Amino acid sequence: MSSIYSEIILDYYRYPRNKGTLPHAQIHARDTNPLCGDVVEMQLEVDEKNNVKDVKFNGQGCAISQASASMLTELVKGKTIDDARKISKEDVLSLIGGQLTAVRLKCALLSLKVLKTGVYNYIGSTDASKDELSGL
Amino acid sequence: MTTLKQKWAAASSSTSLKATSHAAADTASYRKAKNRLPGLAVPKSTTPTTKPPLTFPGQLAQSTVRGYATQKQATAYIHGDKLYDIDKVRHDFPILNRLINGKPLAYLDSAATAQKPAEVIDELTRFYNEYNANVHRGVYKISEEATAAYEEARAKIARLINAKSPNEIIFVRGTTEAINLVAQSWGRANVGLGDGIILTEMEHHSNIVPWQLLAKERGAHLKYVGLTDDGHLVHEDFRQHLESGGIKLVTLTHVSNVLGTINPVREYIREAHKQGCRVLVDAAQSVPHMPVDVQDMDCDFLAFSGHKMCGPTGIGVLYAKKAILEEMPPYHGGGEMIREVHLYESTWRDPPYRFEAGTTNIAGAIGLGKAIDYLSEIGLRNIQAHDQELTEYMHEMLGKVKGVKIYGPANPRTKAGVISFSLGDVHAHDMASLLDEDGIAVRSGHHCAQPLMDRLGVSSTTRASVYIYNTEDEIDRLVESVERAGRVFKI
Repeated sequence: MSSIYSEIILDYYRYPRNKGTLPHAQIHARDTNPLCGDVVEMQLEVDEKNNVKDVKFNGQGCAISQASASMLTELVKGKTIDDARKISKEDVLSLIGGQLTAVRLKCALLSLKVLKTGVYNYIGSTDASKDELSGL
Repeated sequence: MTTLKQKWAAASSSTSLKATSHAAADTASYRKAKNRLPGLAVPKSTTPTTKPPLTFPGQLAQSTVRGYATQKQATAYIHGDKLYDIDKVRHDFPILNRLINGKPLAYLDSAATAQKPAEVIDELTRFYNEYNANVHRGVYKISEEATAAYEEARAKIARLINAKSPNEIIFVRGTTEAINLVAQSWGRANVGLGDGIILTEMEHHSNIVPWQLLAKERGAHLKYVGLTDDGHLVHEDFRQHLESGGIKLVTLTHVSNVLGTINPVREYIREAHKQGCRVLVDAAQSVPHMPVDVQDMDCDFLAFSGHKMCGPTGIGVLYAKKAILEEMPPYHGGGEMIREVHLYESTWRDPPYRFEAGTTNIAGAIGLGKAIDYLSEIGLRNIQAHDQELTEYMHEMLGKVKGVKIYGPANPRTKAGVISFSLGDVHAHDMASLLDEDGIAVRSGHHCAQPLMDRLGVSSTTRASVYIYNTEDEIDRLVESVERAGRVFKI
């Protein structure tokens, strides 16, 4: 079985891309999954045209939470803030591949929640964005 | 009432004589009958059940699953004059017929909550079908029946832990509420500015947070007994804290829910009493697994949960010495706990009712009483022997797996039913997911003991815990599955 623990997930877990910190990031957010103790922190450097110039994540936790955070940084890099805002749950889940149980979905989507929290804090949050975040 | 031994003797006449003579010759120890008595036939389910085991849609009965015969050998233990028939015990738990991902459920998370035998489940149904009524108030037949069953459950608990009187037994929701009750009632009345409370670094959050709340409110100090690297309490810390003066309460766990360490509570209690301190014992992980005698231990308070000992959720017990209870103010106000109510003041009933405001969990209490009957029929010493043997086996087998690190005592004889471990850099949640794929249920995370995790220097561990229905075959499956996780993660 082991459908979820693909070579790709393990590779991102052991050799995470874009892990680290950005001292001049305009966007900075952090959240935890109290159930598991997973921690994910995201930092984004944005230029005047709202392009994501650089992005880093930091954190600790299970392979799913850490690999998904690393994959998400690759997805966001070079895109605009608006593109980042539009990333959906499905986008992240398709990066991970495989079937996740409801409990493990929280691990997979923690980084997306952190990214969106940062983005909404930057562009201004609305009732709709708050609803979206609480649904993650 | 027919004892298990008699039932067994009736079913298997010639071999039973051998077994009983062994038992008589060696009452202090137990052995697997399969080891000592080759070819011994252990009778299948000596108690006829009225209903077939529950099955779930699309799922097969356990015996039909190839390659996963979890009961490949009949296993019986003898302790004193009692027989431990693991096949019968397993037969009593309908949930063990479930298949998870096509494999029989191997439930290794009883430290979180134990499974329920059909007797307990049936008694809950019988209560609601036949004598559901509020207790203590009705003067009609079914209310009298419900009251009698509720109070009989209290008496069973008192006998189980050897309390002097059922009036020392208070029904609460669980261990957490029991500790909060002591903190809010006894604590607020007895702990003041500058007083000290001694805890240990291996406590569950439920035996930390209530004391933090109390200490903050009263201006008291918390003092922690540290741990050795192999998960035992540092006795010297305890002595120093006691001698520092002003200590009102010592509160500690009997058995660690993470490491399985059995603490020498009797010794700690004796030392604390010399200094005039009260002692609370968190017995959530001990009462289900071993004989506990509150008079011998001499604790002032003892807290435990029904759901970890085959009873329903939402029912638990606070034991406290009568003289202490009588001095304690109410915890919750409401019906049932009062003697007289006037517009501006009221008077309280005597314990235990003073602490049981409102309609309590009547069904839960009756179900717990039934669970105690069930465990007593097997015998707590027998249960302890069974759990101990499985713990030692699990410790040995897991310890052999490449990359596995076991936390806590290196000697499994000082552990009770619980083993926490990790495998290389595999996160505990990934481990638990991989084990789940093989139908094995374990716990992963911080186990509500973050200070202990900090002391161990880890953010989480995987925890496997055993109880009356677990078998060596299930431990073998756990070990195989941990090895598979190692292959997936290329450890």
